[in-house]
Amino acid sequence: MLFDSEIWQITALSIQVSALATVISLLIGLPFGTWLALGNFRGRSFLLSIINTGMALPPVVVGLVVAIMLWRSGPLGDLRLIYTPIAIIIAQTVISAPVVTGLTAAALEALDPRLQQQLLGLGASRGQMVWYLWREARLPLLAALMAGFGSVISEVGASMMVGGNIRGQTRVLTTAIVLETSKGEFGRALALSTLLLVLTYLINLALTWIQQKGRRADWQSAPRKRL
Amino acid sequence: MIKIRDLLIQRNGYDVLYIDSLDIAHGETLTVVGPNGAGKSTLLLALARLLEPARGEINFAGKSLNDWNELEYRRKISFVFQSPLLMDMTVEQNVALGLKFRGTPKEETRVRVRRWIRRLGIESLSKRRAGQLSGGEAQRVSLARAFVLEPELLLLDEPFSSLDPPTRARMLDDLSALIAQDHSTAVFVTHNLSEATKMSHRVAVIVGGRMRQVGPVRQIKARPADEAVAAFLHELPHEPMI
Repeated sequence: MLFDSEIWQITALSIQVSALATVISLLIGLPFGTWLALGNFRGRSFLLSIINTGMALPPVVVGLVVAIMLWRSGPLGDLRLIYTPIAIIIAQTVISAPVVTGLTAAALEALDPRLQQQLLGLGASRGQMVWYLWREARLPLLAALMAGFGSVISEVGASMMVGGNIRGQTRVLTTAIVLETSKGEFGRALALSTLLLVLTYLINLALTWIQQKGRRADWQSAPRKRL
Repeated sequence: MIKIRDLLIQRNGYDVLYIDSLDIAHGETLTVVGPNGAGKSTLLLALARLLEPARGEINFAGKSLNDWNELEYRRKISFVFQSPLLMDMTVEQNVALGLKFRGTPKEETRVRVRRWIRRLGIESLSKRRAGQLSGGEAQRVSLARAFVLEPELLLLDEPFSSLDPPTRARMLDDLSALIAQDHSTAVFVTHNLSEATKMSHRVAVIVGGRMRQVGPVRQIKARPADEAVAAFLHELPHEPMI
């Protein structure tokens, strides 16, 4: 049987690990990206260039670094996290946090810079100003979230290296596809690939629906300007 | 109400505005004129405490701006920019924004928003989203958003410069009437001398980053303080529209 209970367990773990890594990336990337976009300090351009480079981090390099850190003899070896789902979450967070940070910074930088002054000029506190800037940039911020999730649900290198692809423990969809292919079980590999594609599509469909709902509301209420 | 002394504003290490001395009385509308890039908007940003002076002092209600809590001070003023800068929400929500920042109770917000939407003649637009408005409509919303706060100091940075002449003339009439009715203290920036005449008795001329002269328009025209003011007045185009 192509879709046995093991496959559903692998799928559930994939969703849990990638969703958690995306949420943690959002918690890091949203404030950090906002600070980079709105801040005016020395070294800002340098930090942005680092983040932009981080957006293209090869997952295997991330896997290698995280594996060295978590290895039994490594600096964080005592935590005994290597070959656990937590290790995969850490690696995936390292991959997606720069994506969310960079796209958050880009989304906020695309807003009219005078909007900050206007909000402050209307009596907004710094927190209220940031909240309303996020609100104004909500469509590109959702795109940042989608890109962050997309970057981890489909990666295989880091998950394989720090998770070890252990059956029933750290096997996720992408590592399972690699394993089945190496065994010549192309039918199972194709079924898993289809499942991964459908899953990615459904999650992005939901996010796109939320994003376009906001856009549609603007469109319907603003026919004169947009047409 | 406002006293400015020996004020120097710098941007990127360069002096962009110097004002030796300027007083604005409670309930007065002071119009600031000058060519583009003279430093007029810089003065407003400094008054809104959105720019820190490199030297000198601005006093508001007898207290230096540095001694005011920043947020408390900014909640006593209201700023209208050259472009309306409305948020992506309905007209009503835009007008209510500043009240929301101040935590004004919902019922009071509703009453005040409705009152100012009516006074600015935009009741029919109240459920529309910002993107659906014309330039003149959006600027009215921007004014309603500022007036609804009933600020002690109203800062207006060329709010009508992007509008066509008839709309501009109409809006200017409405604005001067609103300011007069509410006895608001206002600083109105423009590079149009006929707008300045219409808005206030007293005009401050800023040219080349320095405040050169303050007084009635007629007096400034008759006796410009220096060559820079004379050149500015000479270069002004005919302004027949108001």
